[in-house]
Amino acid sequence: MAKENLIEVKNLKKYFDVGKKNILKAVDDVSFNIIKGETFGLVGESGCGKTTCGRTILGLYSATAGEVIFDGQDINKMNNKQKRALTRRAQIIFQDPYASLNPRMTVGDIIGEGIDNHNLYRGQEKTNRIYKLLELVGLNREHASRFPHEFSGGQRQRIGIARALSIEPEFIFCDEPVSALDVSIQAQIVNLLIKLQEELGLTYLFISHDLSLVKHISDRVGVMYLGKMMELSCSNELYKFPLHPYTQALLSAIPIPDPIMEKRRQHIMLEGEIQSPINLNSGCRFASRCNKALEKCSQIEPMFKEVEKDHYVACHLFL
Amino acid sequence: MTELSKKNFEILGCEDFNSDEIVRPNITYGQDAWRRLKKNKIATFSLVLLIVIFILAIVGPWLRPQFGINEINQKITNIKPNAVHWFGTDNLGRDLWVRTWQGARISIIIGLAGAAFELIVGVIYGGISGYFGGMVDNVMTRIVEILNSIPYLILVLLIVLIFNNKGIFPLILAMGITGWVGMARLVRGQIFSIKEQEYVLAAKALGSKPLKIIFVHLLPNIVGVMIVDITFAVPSYIFSEAFLSYIGLGVQSPNTSLGVLCSSATPNLIFYPFQLFWPSLVICLIMLTFNLFGDGLSDALDPKQRQ
Amino acid sequence: MDKLLEVKNLRVSYNTYAGEVQSVRGVDFYLNKGETLAIVGESGCGKTVTSKAIMRLIKKPGEIKEGSEILFKGKDIIKMNSKELQNLKGGDISMIFQDPMTSLNPTMKVGNQIAEGLMNHKGMNKHEALNETLKMLKLVNLSNPEKRINQYPFEFSGGMRQRVMIAIALACNPTILIADEPTTALDVTIQAQIMNLIKNLQKESSAAVILVTHDLGVVANVADRVQVMYGGKILEKGNTEDIFYNSKHPYTFALLQSVPRIDLDHKGLLYSIKGTPPDLIKPPIGCPFASRCTYRMDICCQTMPEVTIISETQSVSCWLQHPLAPKVDLNIALGR
Repeated sequence: MAKENLIEVKNLKKYFDVGKKNILKAVDDVSFNIIKGETFGLVGESGCGKTTCGRTILGLYSATAGEVIFDGQDINKMNNKQKRALTRRAQIIFQDPYASLNPRMTVGDIIGEGIDNHNLYRGQEKTNRIYKLLELVGLNREHASRFPHEFSGGQRQRIGIARALSIEPEFIFCDEPVSALDVSIQAQIVNLLIKLQEELGLTYLFISHDLSLVKHISDRVGVMYLGKMMELSCSNELYKFPLHPYTQALLSAIPIPDPIMEKRRQHIMLEGEIQSPINLNSGCRFASRCNKALEKCSQIEPMFKEVEKDHYVACHLFL
Repeated sequence: MTELSKKNFEILGCEDFNSDEIVRPNITYGQDAWRRLKKNKIATFSLVLLIVIFILAIVGPWLRPQFGINEINQKITNIKPNAVHWFGTDNLGRDLWVRTWQGARISIIIGLAGAAFELIVGVIYGGISGYFGGMVDNVMTRIVEILNSIPYLILVLLIVLIFNNKGIFPLILAMGITGWVGMARLVRGQIFSIKEQEYVLAAKALGSKPLKIIFVHLLPNIVGVMIVDITFAVPSYIFSEAFLSYIGLGVQSPNTSLGVLCSSATPNLIFYPFQLFWPSLVICLIMLTFNLFGDGLSDALDPKQRQ
Repeated sequence: MDKLLEVKNLRVSYNTYAGEVQSVRGVDFYLNKGETLAIVGESGCGKTVTSKAIMRLIKKPGEIKEGSEILFKGKDIIKMNSKELQNLKGGDISMIFQDPMTSLNPTMKVGNQIAEGLMNHKGMNKHEALNETLKMLKLVNLSNPEKRINQYPFEFSGGMRQRVMIAIALACNPTILIADEPTTALDVTIQAQIMNLIKNLQKESSAAVILVTHDLGVVANVADRVQVMYGGKILEKGNTEDIFYNSKHPYTFALLQSVPRIDLDHKGLLYSIKGTPPDLIKPPIGCPFASRCTYRMDICCQTMPEVTIISETQSVSCWLQHPLAPKVDLNIALGR
């Protein structure tokens, strides 16, 4: 089966002007592809740019430079009509279940908004569609007349998923969809997303700072740090053979719920704090905290290259 | 403890449990706000008093139908309050009860009309400025700042002179033109604070048009703040009108308002203090009750205090 | 055994307009000198309220109900007067809170915030306190402590603020340190640093630590003993090994299964628990976990299970332990 690229990101840059001639380079020359039907995971800590990257891909932010090709079309060159057509194909699920639903609208109205915007169904058909969506995400019809504040975090997240599915998209950007939820609810939501992907043939861009979760749900994973992609590979490979020192440190920092294993593990401790993303120094972004840094690391930025089959790294140790 | 048998210990599982049930009753934003308002005794009392004043303003003059508003009767000038003339009469023999409530009517109409004008213009202006931001917002804000720097009294004088003092409309216009600025600023600020909320972003991602976003997502969530501002704006307009009328720029005879009544009663203050007393009392009560009610409303509508 | 802290029958409720929310419904546990006790559970289970109760931080409309006892070195904290409490809080027992962004006073220099505690509890003068503050900042591995001491919280990142919080908490050598989700708001590499710091500092000062968290990985790393809370009650208690390798309660077991593990290759659906935690305004009569439990029995919904002692270190509240109940091996039944 030929693997088709649904989305191609080429040298994407998104800069923000934060006043006083300071530029926040949230996403700085990032390139990768998302294959149709796969789950692509993007991990990194705060300030790495993963959320900005996803929102730019969706068209919510306009790119400063570079291209985002959605199914053959560059979204930055689309006119308004084409952009609206794009909203039917690409949707988003947010992190904060408490801020992503309008507190003054009923659940039914929230889910029905997309349907109204694109004139998909009317009247009784629309109501039936809303009920079906609620049941698809594991809620009841009765919930349609209630308000968001009456639901728990996990339930609200389901409503958010129903809203995203209401217009039958192909691609969903999941922006830390379970980070704000309890552990047992996280598992419910993740299972729901996996199930929906199988049933509806969806493509996901899944973002999280929880590497265990991303590894579990993703086919391929990219690791970002301060606006740059550091490593990209398929998820099992990334865990077994992490090449970039940052990926290694990240993996070693994740606590495993297994006491004997925890005590045996060697934890790589990173020194220092994450640099501020405003006005960065030249060279590799990670150099100041890297325990394997060479002298040239703080002067020249390493290129992002394929060093093994389908395994890309941006590190002088491999160039 | 009752006898336990093996039967109590058969595994049943949890498939049949509806664990997504919502236990608490369905309660909307409005209902919650009303419940909190009712708990506030002062605010509730003020609301009741305000309603009483409103009712009296409407039906007051009809309670003493025998006395017209402008019925001049030289024989009964300056009579102290008694059983026939509940508030007494003025220096032209007109019954003060009827005059006071007629004046209250005009004052309240002016207050409400001014607030309505401010609401409509302020919301539209502030809404557009807040939602679009950037250059649009910059230009619109500069205009507002220029308007704000013109002294209030001069503007009112100008408008009243242009319209040559015909009726209460120019008065409402004058006050409205200077007053909408506050509401516009408020709406703009509120919109700035909520337009980056994720549900607004979600609406954009779903393809909602800007007008829909403003009216469905943004405005309903700031309506609480707007309502509170209106409850403070109304008495402010009433007082402004009273002040303008007092200095002769406002309502003219034969129409009367609370300000005019105060103005014409002032020369007689030493001899017939009751003539000034009644209209001042009504102004004070209106202002006080609106303010107390507005305070209570502000607390009740504050989403951060939801329980 | 030197029981530093003993909590007996702790019950805490919040009186809201909709009714009485029973956050903590009869909780018993103890803490020994120098050990780390982890209280694990999801949101709404009552663990944060429990930790706040120990520090007497429960304010109206919350109240600690009659019959509750919290004994610190034999004295009941609930019955202490304000002077005794002043000495206790920050002196004998300190707390680190979850959100480092909001737990520091934004208008006070960081150095002063640490020094304040020292002057109040140890009677130092300003000069001595500032010296001690410098020592504390070095201890928590803050770079450039001489510069940092005069800076304001907004100049610090999340991880740095949390270190400051730890410095404040440890400045007066407390006997007990309560850490309420200390790393939840932090990045994973910073989390590792902070947990390491807490572990090392604990070894040096031999303070006892109560760690309140929902992160099972962190618990595996640092805790000696664990207790699992749900719906306002403690369902299982034991050593770290007991809980992770030999859990007897379906909830504990399910919780461990539903966490994705980076070291395992298992793909596809995660093990998940149906439904949502109970609303504690109408707390369930029997076991709070019954409505979500694969092993629910008739008796589970009628009465709260008694505590069964499994071993010297482990105990559980579950009807499956009753002699009349069917024998269940959680491992096999859940297909692992």
